[in-house]
Amino acid sequence: MESSSQQPNHILNKVNRSISSRLAILAIILFANSASALDNEQSQVFLNTQSVPPKQAALEHIVPQEVDGPVGKKSPQDHSHFKQLQGPFTSPEQVTKACLSCHTQAGKQVMSTIHWTWKAWNPKTQQMIGKSQVYNTFCVSPISNEQFCTVCHVGYGSTDPNKFIPFEQRTENQVDCLVCHDQTGKYRKIPFIGGNPAMKKIAVRPGCNEVYGTDKPYVLPQDLAKIAQSISAPIRSNCGGCHFYGGGGDGVKHGDLDSSLLNPTHDLDVHMDAKGLNFPCQQCHQTKDHKVTGEHYAIDANPKQAAFMPGGEHNGNATACQSCHSQTPHHGDGLASKQIASTLNMHTRDIACETCHIPEFARGGKPTKMNWNYATAGKLAPNGSPLVIEDEKGRNTYWGVKGSFLWEDNVVPEYRWFNGTERWMHIGDKIQPNQNGVVGVNDIEGSATDGQSKIWPFKISRNNQPYETQTGILAVFHSFGFDQDSFTMTYDWQKAITAGMKAAKLPFSGHYGFVQTQMYWPISHMVAPKTKALGCAQCHANNGRLQGIEGVYMPGRFKDHQPWIDLIGLLAVALAFAGVIIHGLIRIILWLRRQS
Amino acid sequence: MSTRIYLFKRFERFWHWSQAALVITMLITGFEIHGYLGGFTFKTALLVHSYSAWLLVTLWMFAIFWHFTTGEWKQYIPTFQKVVLVARYYAWGMFLGEDHPFHKTLQHKHNPLQRFAYLWLKLMINPLIWVSGMLLLIFSYDWIQFQPFGLTLTEVAWVHTAAAYMMLLFFIAHIYLATTGHTPLAYIKAMITGWETIDEEPSVNASSTSINV
Repeated sequence: MESSSQQPNHILNKVNRSISSRLAILAIILFANSASALDNEQSQVFLNTQSVPPKQAALEHIVPQEVDGPVGKKSPQDHSHFKQLQGPFTSPEQVTKACLSCHTQAGKQVMSTIHWTWKAWNPKTQQMIGKSQVYNTFCVSPISNEQFCTVCHVGYGSTDPNKFIPFEQRTENQVDCLVCHDQTGKYRKIPFIGGNPAMKKIAVRPGCNEVYGTDKPYVLPQDLAKIAQSISAPIRSNCGGCHFYGGGGDGVKHGDLDSSLLNPTHDLDVHMDAKGLNFPCQQCHQTKDHKVTGEHYAIDANPKQAAFMPGGEHNGNATACQSCHSQTPHHGDGLASKQIASTLNMHTRDIACETCHIPEFARGGKPTKMNWNYATAGKLAPNGSPLVIEDEKGRNTYWGVKGSFLWEDNVVPEYRWFNGTERWMHIGDKIQPNQNGVVGVNDIEGSATDGQSKIWPFKISRNNQPYETQTGILAVFHSFGFDQDSFTMTYDWQKAITAGMKAAKLPFSGHYGFVQTQMYWPISHMVAPKTKALGCAQCHANNGRLQGIEGVYMPGRFKDHQPWIDLIGLLAVALAFAGVIIHGLIRIILWLRRQS
Repeated sequence: MSTRIYLFKRFERFWHWSQAALVITMLITGFEIHGYLGGFTFKTALLVHSYSAWLLVTLWMFAIFWHFTTGEWKQYIPTFQKVVLVARYYAWGMFLGEDHPFHKTLQHKHNPLQRFAYLWLKLMINPLIWVSGMLLLIFSYDWIQFQPFGLTLTEVAWVHTAAAYMMLLFFIAHIYLATTGHTPLAYIKAMITGWETIDEEPSVNASSTSINV
C-alpha cells in the first residue's frame, strides 16, 4: 500500500537521476497525454507529473509541485471525506451502490469483463473459454464449488454456503469494487459465503487459514466505511490477493506469480523492483473501462503491431516487452558488446523475451505446485483428521483432503514453440491421452515454420485427476462445501463426482478412474535483471535448455549436425593425420638410413 | 648449382600468414561453436569467430585485387604437365631422396599438384565457406524468407560445416607438405623471408640431394 503513494516520487526521482535533459522530453510527452490519461485508472503514476508545467520542467532539478487538480497523494481524488462513503455500511452491496452513485458506468463495465463473467471468446479457436468453461489441473472446475471459488470473484453472492447465485442473475450492486480498490490491505473476501466480506464473526475452517487470510481461528466483521474511504487505483496487493494465491495458496498455480512480488527485489523482477521502477500490474496489463488486458486466455505470443504502445491510444491490448524495448532490444557500447548485441538481436525473431530473461520461476522464496495427485487423497491421521505430511522444508506434500503434491522453487521452465493459441478442454469433453498417456487440458499450438511462433517458457503443471471411465469425460467433482457430498468433508470420490457431474449436467455412470493431466502456463513474470539472463551456453550446448526444441538449427547442439558430414569429415581428417604421420615416418626412416 | 630467388613478395607473405592465423583461429573457434572443443565459452568463441570472419573477408578482398592486378592468378591455372612425375615423387621418389621433378620459377611458383590444390581451395572451399558464413552472419536480416537456392538455415549451416572440414583437411596437408622442402624448414623460411633457394637447371644426377649440401 505504501508503495502506491511513493510511486510518483519514485518515478520522478528516477528521471531526475537520469540524464536531466530527458526530463523535459518526458514531461512534455506526459503532459501531451495527460488528457487521455486522466480517465485511465493506471495513470496515477503520471498524475503528479502533470502538475509540472512544461516550461519549468525544462529547468534542471525541478521538484514536482502540487497544484489544482488531483487532491491527495494516491489517487485522482481522495475519497476519504466523501459523504457517500461515510457509512455505516451493513452490507457490501451498500458500498457498491455508493460507488455507482458517481461511477455510473463502472458496474456495467466490470460485469462485461472476464473478472465477472469467467468467460471469454477465443476467436482463433472459436471456443468459449474462461474459468467457468474449461478444466484446469488444480481444483479442476468451479462448477459445484462456486460458493468457495467465488472468494476470488469480483462480485457478491449469497452468504448461504449451499446457494450459488449465477453471475448473470446478479445486479450491478453486487459488483465487488473493494477487492480491487481497497488500500487498507484489510479487505478480505471469505470463502463459503459467496465471496462476501465478513459482516459478523466467522469461524475459519480448519486448515484453511490461508484462504481466510488470518492466523486466528476466526475472522472479524470488516469496517467497510474505512475501506471504502481508502480506495484508489489498484496496486499489486489488490491484484495479487487473488492472482498470487490461485490454486489454493501462495504461488501454487502460476509459479511466476506469488506474494514475493508484493515487495520484490531487483533480482526477482526488474520492473516491479520496489526500490526501482516499482511498476504496478497495470503498467503492462493496460486497463481501460475496467477491462484488464493480458489475460492467459488471450496471449499475444509474437507481438508485432497489436501490443499497446506507451503514450499511444489504448487499443485493448496489453503492453508487451517489445512495446518499450522494441524487437531489437540489445545494445552495445563497445566493439565486442555491439557484436554481442547484434547477435542477441538475431534471436528475437524466434525466441520470446521471457525465455532468456526469466531464467527460473518461483524465484522469490515461495515454492510452486508442480504436481498434484488426487488419487492419493482421503487418508486420515490417527486422530481422525485429514493426514498432513510435510517435507523437511516444511512444505505440505500431502493433505488428506487434496492428495499429494510436488513443490519446487527456482524452477527451470520447459520450452515450447508457441503462437499464442491454446486449445482448451471444455467441461464435458472426453479425455484424449497423448502417446505418454497424458491428457492436455490446454494444448498449445506453435511450430518453427508457422511464422507466428516463438520459443516460450512454460510451467507445466501436472495432475492425476478423476475421470468417468465409461464415457471418458474428465470428472467435475464437488470439492468444497459443508455438505456430505463434498470431498473435503467425506473423502468419498463417488459422492463428490456424482454431485459435481450433476451440477455440470453431465452423465455419470458411477465408474471413475484417474488419469494423468497436464496444463501449460506461459511464464511472463519475474523478469530478472539482464546480468541474470541466460547465457549462450545454456542453450548452445548438447543437452542444453532447448534440447527438445525442433525445427531450428542451434550451433553447439549435436542433434542439429548432419551426421554424414561430420562422420565423413572426421574420418577424412583422421585419415589425413594418419597419412601424414606414416608418410613422414617413412621419410625420416629412409633419410636416417641414407645418412648411415 | 642452386640460386636464390625472391619468390614471395611482401604482400603475398603478409596475406599468407595473416590468412593462416585467421584460418587457424576460425577452425578452433568454429569447432568450439560446433560443440566439439572446450576451452572458450561459446560467447567468446562466437565473438572471435565473427571478428575473424570480417577480417578474413577484408583480407580476401585485398588478396583478390592483388591477384588480378599483378597477374598472379595465373599461377593457379591448372596443368597436367609433369603431374604424374610430381605425384610419383611424393609417393615414392621423395623417400629415396630424389630431387623434385618440378622446378620453380617466378612464373611458375607452384607444381602442378599445388596448382590443383590451391585452385580447389580458391574456387571451392573458400567460396563455400565465405558464402555460407556470410549467410550465417547476416541471419538477422531474414534472408531465409527468400530461400536462396531453396536453402534452409540448417542446410546453410551444414554447408558451412562441410566446408570447414575441407579447410581442415587442406590445412593438415598444407602444414605437412610445407616440411617437404630441401630441408624441413626450407619452404617455411621461404614463406617468411620471400627468398627461396632453387635449382637453376634440372639436375641430371637424381641421387644428389640438397639435404647433403
